[in-house]
Amino acid sequence: MLRDITLGQYYQTDSVIHRLDPRVKLMTTICYIISLFIVDNFIGYILAGAFLALVIKLSKVPLKFMVRGMKSIIFLLIIAVIFNLFLTPGEVIFTLWKLRITREGLRQAIFMAIRLVFLIMGSSVMTLTTTPNNLTDGMEKLLGPLKIFKVPVHEIAMMMSIALRFIPILLEETDKIMKAQIARGADFENGNLIKKAKSLVPLLVPLFISAFRRANDLAMAMEARCYRGGEHRTKMKPLVYKKRDWLAYSTVVCYLVCCVVFGKILL
Amino acid sequence: MSIILDHVNHIYEAGTAMEYAALKDICLTIPEGQFIGLIGHTGSGKSTLVQHLNGLIAPTSGSVYYNGADIHDTDYNKKELRSRVGLVFQYPEHQLFEIDVFSDVCFGPKNLGLDKKEVELRAYAALKQVGLEDEYFYQSPFDLSGGQKRRVAIAGVLAMKPEVLILDEPTAGLDPKGRDEILDQIARLREETGMTVILVSHSMEDVAKYVDRIIVMNKGQVKFDGRPREVFRHYKELEEIGLAAPQVTYIMQTLKKNGLDVDTDITTIEEAKNAILKALARQRREPET
Amino acid sequence: MGIVETKNLVFEYIRRDEEGNVEGITRAVDQVDIDVKQGEFVAVLGHNGSGKSTLAKHINAILYPTEGTVWVDGKDTAKEENLWDVRQKAGMVFQNPDNQIIGQVVEEDVGFGPENLGVPTEEIWQRVEESLRAVGMYEFRRHSPNKLSGGQKQRVSIAGVIAMHPKCIVLDEPTAMLDPNGRREVIRAARALNDVEGITIILITHYMEEIIHANKVFVMDKGKVAMEGTPREIFSRVEELKELRLDVPQVTLLAHELKKSGLKLPDGILTFEELSAALGYGKKK
Repeated sequence: MLRDITLGQYYQTDSVIHRLDPRVKLMTTICYIISLFIVDNFIGYILAGAFLALVIKLSKVPLKFMVRGMKSIIFLLIIAVIFNLFLTPGEVIFTLWKLRITREGLRQAIFMAIRLVFLIMGSSVMTLTTTPNNLTDGMEKLLGPLKIFKVPVHEIAMMMSIALRFIPILLEETDKIMKAQIARGADFENGNLIKKAKSLVPLLVPLFISAFRRANDLAMAMEARCYRGGEHRTKMKPLVYKKRDWLAYSTVVCYLVCCVVFGKILL
Repeated sequence: MSIILDHVNHIYEAGTAMEYAALKDICLTIPEGQFIGLIGHTGSGKSTLVQHLNGLIAPTSGSVYYNGADIHDTDYNKKELRSRVGLVFQYPEHQLFEIDVFSDVCFGPKNLGLDKKEVELRAYAALKQVGLEDEYFYQSPFDLSGGQKRRVAIAGVLAMKPEVLILDEPTAGLDPKGRDEILDQIARLREETGMTVILVSHSMEDVAKYVDRIIVMNKGQVKFDGRPREVFRHYKELEEIGLAAPQVTYIMQTLKKNGLDVDTDITTIEEAKNAILKALARQRREPET
Repeated sequence: MGIVETKNLVFEYIRRDEEGNVEGITRAVDQVDIDVKQGEFVAVLGHNGSGKSTLAKHINAILYPTEGTVWVDGKDTAKEENLWDVRQKAGMVFQNPDNQIIGQVVEEDVGFGPENLGVPTEEIWQRVEESLRAVGMYEFRRHSPNKLSGGQKQRVSIAGVIAMHPKCIVLDEPTAMLDPNGRREVIRAARALNDVEGITIILITHYMEEIIHANKVFVMDKGKVAMEGTPREIFSRVEELKELRLDVPQVTLLAHELKKSGLKLPDGILTFEELSAALGYGKKK
């Protein structure tokens, strides 16, 4: 049942993109999203498309995995397209009953669709090629400067990675408690909303208790292994920029410049 | 009045790279009133098997019959089945959720739609059956000791008045005394009510003393099925699949090998003692030739 | 002085009601004196609630004595400046295999302790490899802990402790949630560490068959040390053990029963061959 949900959709293979430092991938994803909002002409989108195609090719992740991520936003995509299509004022090119489609509207709708599709694909390249663990490491390091403002960066990263480790365990536990209560005649499926919400009590109470018990145990185990926060800590897998990472950064900068020049200024 | 499994297969995550067969072509008949030990190590399929018996899991192929009716027929009342085939999961105390012990035990019968009086009568009877004293009835289940919590959880299933009681590792995590107490209680319960009991365990020693029949599972298949002494005769094969016969079996085999002519079909300490005393007396009477 | 020593150790849990008033005091550990020598394999037996786990948590400075003192490698665990030293010298493995693995990959979990100690990166890798090899889990280093069996998870936890280079490992009911296969795996790993690396092992358990190889056994009851001795000495006191809610191996029990029926047998028989020999069949040692 619940176990079927796959989390952290990492696709295991060996590629240049997989080997890149997670910080590079995070920064690139952010830059890419920015670029999508900078450009507003066809050349710009071709550029963005070409860049995405190159990265996907290099990542060796089959395209169908990216497309799979699209399913969840298809509804959002359709709404965005419809709104832009019918509600943008301008030169009317087509009238359908009371709805008017304008040249500007058509342009906007197409751009919006492309933008959303690229955005989702771009970010799924990151999650598909980076392990959740690596991702938290990267975030911790990138957000490091925030420590000056007393932001508990290390703690946040630690919490995220522990959460990631325990999600599958808690899902399995949910499944088990659910079955146990069904065996005692509980019904999680039928009834109206209030009844359904009520039926969750026998599931949620044991689940919370179990989560707290686990948290307590884990805290003790961490302390027993000399955990005392981020101070004095060394890293087993420290993040060190390699040549390919700098190369990637330069490519991204070039790409951004191109986007500004061709996608914004020229036309 | 019986459960029949007819060529039951169960495959997890069929059609993916993770596909794995948890049960392979299981054919079993569980007649009314039997006391059965279902033995196997982790991953042998025993937990999957018991979840088939009350319809929590449907077989990938094959059928499960309860009292002659296929439980996966579309108009079969699964809820009623679950009240008749009570399943107590491993670490059942982890599903307690009510504010006091008594309300928690009421949960099962209440779900059956019984009236309040009947629900409370059943809850009371069930708590008595597991040997919990009245003083604990209105305490929070979370304030009880490990062994007591487990009793409450078992009572929660008993209160549904099942005809078949299945317990998945009921002694896990208990200390030796706690283990004996729970097992004795279950044995007594069976005697009083005559219900069918299936005890799932990975320990032969625990169940040998109590059950009439042992079913050994390995890699999703039934490896042995018979009376304890019959099954323990295969102690060498049991070892190969990571299980072991009770120590007494080994003791008797060692004695026999070393020349004391004892009966090796022995499952309990009491029997072993008598067999050894008998053999010694016999051998004293007729000195070695 | 041994690696672990306690003197007049007392620990009290204070129960409070909702307003924070003291409702009652439970003495979980009561006047315990134990002395464990470097390199020993010591077992602590007791039923649930006998105080054995509370005692164990003192050795790792997770709990501090209410009265009395605990020394680990000569250091008083109650002194704050000794805290990290004590925790590094005396590692701890807990009961639930799932609730003590922090890493999402086996090797990262084993590296967690050394990371906390500030060990340089290269040395962490060395330690992780050594530790995983010591428990026979090296080939699983890149696996997710969620896919391992209970016994394997516990071995990873043991590796995680060894990687901190402790002098002593406390195993707090490491096998209570495992099946017989897993139990054997874990006990074998613990014995190997004791034999090969000379690490002191303190095994807390209620399974009798796990203590047969210990140098010394403490049996706890109601927070006190009720019995103390070699496994053979302990097992020769069948009736007392039964009163303490504990088991004896079937072979010992059978010998005891035979003795009660009038046969002349020595106390504390531990193996099949011993029993056979004592009955006059098979070779004497």
